[in-house]
Amino acid sequence: MLLSIKNLHASIEGKQILKGINLDIQPGEVHAIMGPNGSGKSTLASVLAGREEYEVTEGSVEFDGKNMLELSPEDRSREGLFLAFQYPVEIPGVSTTNFIKTAVNEKRKYHGQEPMDAVAFLKLMKQKIELVEIDKSLLSRSINEGFSGGEKKRNEIFQMAMLEPKLAILDETDSGLDIDALRIVAKGVNKLRNSERGIIVITHYQRLLDYLQPDFVHVLVNGRIVKSGTKALALELEEKGYDFIKDEISLTAAL
Amino acid sequence: MEEELKMLEETVASDYKYGFVTDIDTDVIPKGLSEDVIRLISLKKNEPEWMLEWRLKAYKHWLKMEEPKWPNVKYPEINYQDVIYYAAPKKKPKVNSLDEVDPELLKTFEKLGISLGEQKRLTGVAVDVVMDSVSVATSFKEQLSEIGVIFCSISEAIQNHPDLVKKYMGSVVPMTDNYFAALNSAVFTDGSFCYIPKGVRCPMELSTYFRINTENAGQFERTLIIAEDEAYVSYLEGCTAPMRDENQLHAAVVELIAKEKAEIKYSTVQNWYPGDENGRGGIYNFVTKRGICAGNYSKISWTQVETGSSITWKYPSVILKGDNSIGEFYSVALTNNFQQADTGTKMIHLGKNTKSRIVSKGISAGRSQNSYRGLVRAGKNALNARNYSQCDSLLLGDKCGAHTFPYIESKNKTAVIEHEATTSKIGEDQLFYCEQRGIDAETAVALIVTGFAKEVMNQLPMEFAVEAQKLLAISLEGSVG
Repeated sequence: MLLSIKNLHASIEGKQILKGINLDIQPGEVHAIMGPNGSGKSTLASVLAGREEYEVTEGSVEFDGKNMLELSPEDRSREGLFLAFQYPVEIPGVSTTNFIKTAVNEKRKYHGQEPMDAVAFLKLMKQKIELVEIDKSLLSRSINEGFSGGEKKRNEIFQMAMLEPKLAILDETDSGLDIDALRIVAKGVNKLRNSERGIIVITHYQRLLDYLQPDFVHVLVNGRIVKSGTKALALELEEKGYDFIKDEISLTAAL
Repeated sequence: MEEELKMLEETVASDYKYGFVTDIDTDVIPKGLSEDVIRLISLKKNEPEWMLEWRLKAYKHWLKMEEPKWPNVKYPEINYQDVIYYAAPKKKPKVNSLDEVDPELLKTFEKLGISLGEQKRLTGVAVDVVMDSVSVATSFKEQLSEIGVIFCSISEAIQNHPDLVKKYMGSVVPMTDNYFAALNSAVFTDGSFCYIPKGVRCPMELSTYFRINTENAGQFERTLIIAEDEAYVSYLEGCTAPMRDENQLHAAVVELIAKEKAEIKYSTVQNWYPGDENGRGGIYNFVTKRGICAGNYSKISWTQVETGSSITWKYPSVILKGDNSIGEFYSVALTNNFQQADTGTKMIHLGKNTKSRIVSKGISAGRSQNSYRGLVRAGKNALNARNYSQCDSLLLGDKCGAHTFPYIESKNKTAVIEHEATTSKIGEDQLFYCEQRGIDAETAVALIVTGFAKEVMNQLPMEFAVEAQKLLAISLEGSVG
């Protein structure tokens, strides 16, 4: 098991957002998490990545055999967790290359490896640039500063390629993208799929899933996964909207 | 987080790695300041009569002056009778040889990363080192003298080049200029002297390394750099001091003279002991630095990275007298714990078509206070004078302060003066973004700060840039919270 979430409850400023999430992910699987606004999708991503404002009040998360909730955010990353941010952050004066190099070498240090020298690093970058089709000029610019929405998201996928995570969470990576940018980003993600890597795709919409073809689709409503299925579920949601699920739930509750 | 913060704080105390004391035989005169002490200093340095008279004149003037109270810094009153005005390592090398330098002294500078052995030198850097009150060694003197460049201690210059010293010393910073300049003029002990003759481009970086070693000793150095017509020189200055519980006084004067089409680039990495995390000890760094673009088309550029000292009071300035001359000031001032900095520049436009550029980056952490104070003045003949100033402040935490005091005086309608200022905080979002990529908070802060200061760091010569970048990171350790 790559990731095992059991009965996860989390709150922010005393307000309960996640109310008992259960989710198992095997290596190589792609899971989509869908749900209406405010259902807790991004909170789940933040809690898994270890964002401090969120308090885990109950439950457990095991990541590759380790108790993930005990690890600092940076150690989670070094253990192989990657979060593609919905809103990637600008850091003025820090070039994308320098930022990624620091990240790569921090991870290597954690695993007792020597830092990568400039030549090896550039070689790796070149490989990954081709893989995810990122504009090279972005790499010498300050990270995310003045990047368009599409450039920011592509840069996230590029970082994912460079850091080679065991588990990647894509938090609404499709938001704010036009159809061309979406296709390029999806293509990049598809190239990064392999039999060992797990991927969680958080999205509102079906269109990204058309490209990514997830193995499983989960519907998150009000802090709980209320329905799980295959990609057919995503299509059904697209067609009928989230209300049909909500109706279904209230119906079940009524019985 | 509280715990993390505490842990980080504990690492701070040991961060000043230059805090050791060298056990060396030192010639120290008793504490206190009087005409007799000045006579004694002058005698010890075997100075000519005119130099002594100059000192005494400055001293008499100083007695009538008052310590400036306008800087945005607070410190207990200084007892000037409680300071040692002269301390010198006893074994002094002869002028052109390093062989007789006390091995203990050589070791000290090796520890500081400065090799005095010329074979082991940094490529392309000539060094003059000043310990307490005297210059202990200058490298590459001979090679430089072959092309007419004079690079020696100011004491030697007084002996060997009295005409140059007489002509230029005090010509940019008069002895009456301010309280600390007057004090320095009375009691200065050593410093560097550089003279670049007409048309010579100095082939190597000239550098002085200042070290305070003796307890209770003040350091009063004086540096004088003259670039004749079409000459060029790049000069670097570095400084450190042992960790001590009491404050020590450092009051220097630096004067630069650039003649027609000459260029002087002056870089400082100031890393005096900043005091401990409770604000105990540290150097009072009260410095007057000023250059004059005396000739047309001349240029003076100041670059400073200020991370040390418990209190910094300095305004490296340029008087733009020559037409079409250029003045620049690039500064990174970082304060942590209880440090206070009040620093900036003055750009005095007198000539026509003169240009100046000010880029100041202030970084405040801990409970420190960081002020930028700058004056841009365009005189009535400064036709088409241009200035651009940019002052950015970065705050780490909520207990520190950043302040900006820009003064603009324009007496010429054609002058254009622009000022931009920003204040920002390192955001939680930035930190979390870094952490999610495996970069811990401390490394992230160093990364963000280095990015913030990049524009200034890029101005430093290569030899200093790496050191300065590390210094920023080290000075910030423990400031995350």
